[in-house]
Amino acid sequence: MPDGATPVTGPVLDVSGLKTVFNTRGGEVHAVNDVSFDLTAGELLGVVGESGSGKSVTMMSLIGLLPMPPAEIRAGRVSFDGLDLLNTDVETLRAIRGGKIGFVFQDPMTSLNPTFTVGFQLAEPLRKHMGMNKRQARVRARELLELVGIPDADQRLDDFPHQFSGGMRQRVMIAIALACDPQVLIADEPTTALDVTIQAQILELMKELRTKLGMGVIWITHDLGVIAGIADRVLVMYGGQVVEQAPVRELFENPQHPYTRALLETIPSVSGEREERLTVIEGQPPILGAAPTACPFLDRCDVATDRCARENPTRVEVASGHDAACFNPGAVPIAG
Amino acid sequence: MLTFTIRRLVFAVPTLLFIALVIFLLLELAPGDPMAQVPLTVPPEVKEAMRQALGLGEPVPIRFWKWLVQFFWIEPQVFIDWLTNKSFLFGWLPDTDVYVPCSDATRAYCDQRVISWQTRSPVMDIVMQRMPQTLTVVGLSYVVGILIALPIGIYSAYRQYSVFDQVGTFVSMIGYSVPPFFSGVLVIVVFSVVLGWFPSIYDTTHRVTDWDSFVYQVKQMIMPVMVLALQTTAQISRFMRASMLDNLNQDYVRTARAKGMTEWVVVLTHVLRNSMIPVVTVIALGVPAVFGGAIITEQVFKVNGLGQLLITAIQANDLPMVQTITFIFAILIVLFNLIADVLYGVLDPRIRYD
Repeated sequence: MPDGATPVTGPVLDVSGLKTVFNTRGGEVHAVNDVSFDLTAGELLGVVGESGSGKSVTMMSLIGLLPMPPAEIRAGRVSFDGLDLLNTDVETLRAIRGGKIGFVFQDPMTSLNPTFTVGFQLAEPLRKHMGMNKRQARVRARELLELVGIPDADQRLDDFPHQFSGGMRQRVMIAIALACDPQVLIADEPTTALDVTIQAQILELMKELRTKLGMGVIWITHDLGVIAGIADRVLVMYGGQVVEQAPVRELFENPQHPYTRALLETIPSVSGEREERLTVIEGQPPILGAAPTACPFLDRCDVATDRCARENPTRVEVASGHDAACFNPGAVPIAG
Repeated sequence: MLTFTIRRLVFAVPTLLFIALVIFLLLELAPGDPMAQVPLTVPPEVKEAMRQALGLGEPVPIRFWKWLVQFFWIEPQVFIDWLTNKSFLFGWLPDTDVYVPCSDATRAYCDQRVISWQTRSPVMDIVMQRMPQTLTVVGLSYVVGILIALPIGIYSAYRQYSVFDQVGTFVSMIGYSVPPFFSGVLVIVVFSVVLGWFPSIYDTTHRVTDWDSFVYQVKQMIMPVMVLALQTTAQISRFMRASMLDNLNQDYVRTARAKGMTEWVVVLTHVLRNSMIPVVTVIALGVPAVFGGAIITEQVFKVNGLGQLLITAIQANDLPMVQTITFIFAILIVLFNLIADVLYGVLDPRIRYD
């Protein structure tokens, strides 16, 4: 649970034991293994992890956005608004997608349909989920563009995506995601494709909108700097599992999982000496052909013991609201 | 867009003049003599006089110039007169009388049309006679082919590697690889000879006056239309499928799904609009071939359309006919290239020519 900053009204989104498998020609790939987390209304949950750690797949599994086949959700329960999203009919799920759960994707350059005007694409969810007619949808679309800080909203509604810059397109994507006043906004690396100044603008915008609209936000990124600036609570993912979960301050001050520590060490220091080499985590993340029987971080871990090779650790609470999936949490490698 | 279209139309003029010159010179190089089929008993000096009468005594530049004048100045006059006097579409306009036909009274100032050496009648009149057969049979097969191909292409892509897709791929392969002189004869053997359902020969003189004659017209059109439509379907459905597949994995499709749009809207609004851009271009570029007729299929089913006309003209060494028909094809190709470009700009907002 997050610390007292947000009202505790029970989680709006509760995921437990989610398992997603891809059936590829080369065999199964276990992309998401037993992921559990929750999200409270008004909370901003950061999800970090390197490429292929299962961040995006987890979030897309929640609302049925993965192509099935090849994807298959083996197990798990996702409760949202009194519904189990994994066992609802397609129609209900569709009403939730874009209606109650908004999604912002990574690449704003390709995420908008190039052949329709921004106004049309913005009006689509409004007309579908809110039952608005063309004129009402246009009025609301203009408000949304103003909300995300796009000037001349009325004229820009008739523009096509290619007439917008990358940052402006991402604002449009956010406006689309926010169109129907969602309870949860899932932002999948929304600033990764943008340059730093635009990224800062989008982050400011998100902080502002979140307090204004009071929705829960899941922010996927691999940038710990972004997480530090925006999140309330952080999930660290590795090899398709959540390896550590903590409030943001706690995580940065007191990382328990060796992967989290390694990740924090890779942040280059601007004030450090120039000669200093960038810290890297040696090795490659695993591609899991089967459900893991050992700790997925085993090969790259510097505090691994025999036990880590025999069984996969589950998440254990190490402090209040802070848990880590490690047998040796907080262990310091023996200098050598 | 308008500026672009006008600019392209202006640029089309030198292109077409150059094509006309090339066609003219190529036919000039072709061996053969228009008098070759005149009986041997006709004395050589008479033959020579006949050649002079056909204008073959003039130097090449003069003959080219005269042909250009005939094609671009005199024939349009005839066409305008035909449009306003007889045509269904513009017959209500006041009759014009631009063209001065040659007769004994007007011999001094009349305009000579492009005359076929073979039939001694104006080339364009014959072309206009043949056009309806070609357009009904070949044109209809093109439309039918496209109407079948688009849904097949869309569904094959949407259910890639499904049974439907596999069958579609197989049928397309057949459509691509079986030439119409084989499939045409095959359907004649099966449906005309064995089953006796349809006539094997297309009767051009048949007129639709009542229900029974309409049924007969449909019956005689089914086989040539289907043989040709198979080819069109094979090509366009493959193209549509590839184009849909390109787009189905795009990020904006995921966005549309994340907005909660139904699959119907996702596929038939978002994906289709983008996929149609290259397909429409291909369809537009295929239209000139429709006017060109289907030379082989027309032969197989004895449809005397434009393709058949061109073949007989080539065999008879009827140079004005060959030259004119070829040039009409050239005009259509240039025109539909332009139309394809304009359509591209209309469908894809990222492309602006101005």
